[in-house]
Amino acid sequence: MPLVDPEFLAEVKRSPAFNAEACLNCGVCSAVCPLEIELLPRKLFRYVLLGFKDRILANTETIYSCLLCKMCEANCPQEVSIAENVRALRFWINKKVFQL
Amino acid sequence: MPLPTKETIGILADNLRLRNSVLPLAQKAVTRWANGLGLPRGGETIIYTGMMYQLAPAIAAMNKTQEKIEDSWLANFVGMGRYVNKVVNISAFLARPAQTMRSYCERVLANIAALLQRAGVECGYLYEDELYSGALIYDLGVDDLFERHAWKVAKVFEKYQVKNIITVDPHTTHLLRSVYPAVLPGPAWQVRSYLEVLAERDLKPVSGLDAAVALHDSCLYARPEKIFEEPRTLLSRAGIAVREPANSGKFTLCCGGPAESLFPKKAVARAAARMEQIRQAGEKAVTMCPLCLVNLRKAAPASFSVEDIAVYLGKAYLP
Ligand code: SF4
Ligand code: SF4
Repeated sequence: MPLVDPEFLAEVKRSPAFNAEACLNCGVCSAVCPLEIELLPRKLFRYVLLGFKDRILANTETIYSCLLCKMCEANCPQEVSIAENVRALRFWINKKVFQL
Repeated sequence: MPLPTKETIGILADNLRLRNSVLPLAQKAVTRWANGLGLPRGGETIIYTGMMYQLAPAIAAMNKTQEKIEDSWLANFVGMGRYVNKVVNISAFLARPAQTMRSYCERVLANIAALLQRAGVECGYLYEDELYSGALIYDLGVDDLFERHAWKVAKVFEKYQVKNIITVDPHTTHLLRSVYPAVLPGPAWQVRSYLEVLAERDLKPVSGLDAAVALHDSCLYARPEKIFEEPRTLLSRAGIAVREPANSGKFTLCCGGPAESLFPKKAVARAAARMEQIRQAGEKAVTMCPLCLVNLRKAAPASFSVEDIAVYLGKAYLP
């Protein structure tokens, strides 16, 4: 069972541009993503919303692999800022984990 | 093992912090493309390269080195490289850009400036005062450093009282037009890609080209910046038949270039998949981004031509 960190969403969501909560988990983004990684991006967003920090940390390669190509955004029914949300996760990892 | 993410981002970030560019280049290599073009220094309207075409040959050379390091015992030493890099610019030793690629990218930039001149657009250039936009550091999410760098870029524009910025690549266009306004409240410039500027002018081709090309749209141009009609208009006016790959326009498929700096093998795999689509659409390919150019060329067979759009436009619209 993953550990829940109730502060995690607040740590990642530095600005209103982070809108993972708008995600309906419909799966379109994962279906069209050229990287064909099932995890990207809806599960990542769910992990943040649920406070599963350890699951995010276990998937840093996936987070930095995103091409920011926005193919997912062009197809997302909820206008989720997917690439910006992925960048927000990178910023959090850069600061809190990599200490950059 | 893959390249260590923390150390690789650390080196790129240190370079921007200490040397104003992710891969520092010699000053004359940055401005050489403008030699002899007579572009005035500064002005209300400028051509802003954001150094992307100048960096492309160095990026191509660096990727070759990274591909060798990735999955080798050398990957363990990238961390040590970061410490050395703080004192000595190690990228200058690790990657020597190919002369042919350097000349090619300089020709692309010179063509763009000449096309703008021929279209009656008067624009200056900032020469050695021009700064890299910070595009890669933004992508990697080092936002605090990116924001500080963006302010430096803005100060240069302010110094020259720039009002209109003509960009030459999708990454810089997207950053200046859609990202800078969010992080730099205050300064406002009109930012347009040279493709948009040229397409709205009634530029007549000097020589019609009898060619057919598969057009690879850039993700950033086609999606956030909505620039996909303009390259088609310019090529069609020149008599070039545009062939569309299975994914094109707003639904273009990424060339994989953005994965280059951290995961070179993933970038190669994406480029191969995109090249497959392109080759099914036509016998030659046209790109409009220096990173797409570098990455797709690596995936193309030696006999398959991948050229920047400015090379075709130069042949058609310049005397
Ligand atoms: S396409 Fe949009 S709404 Fe659907 S799962 Fe992806 S982010 Fe969520
Ligand atoms: S932006 Fe990232 S998650 Fe979205 S389609 Fe592109 S690679 Fe996949």
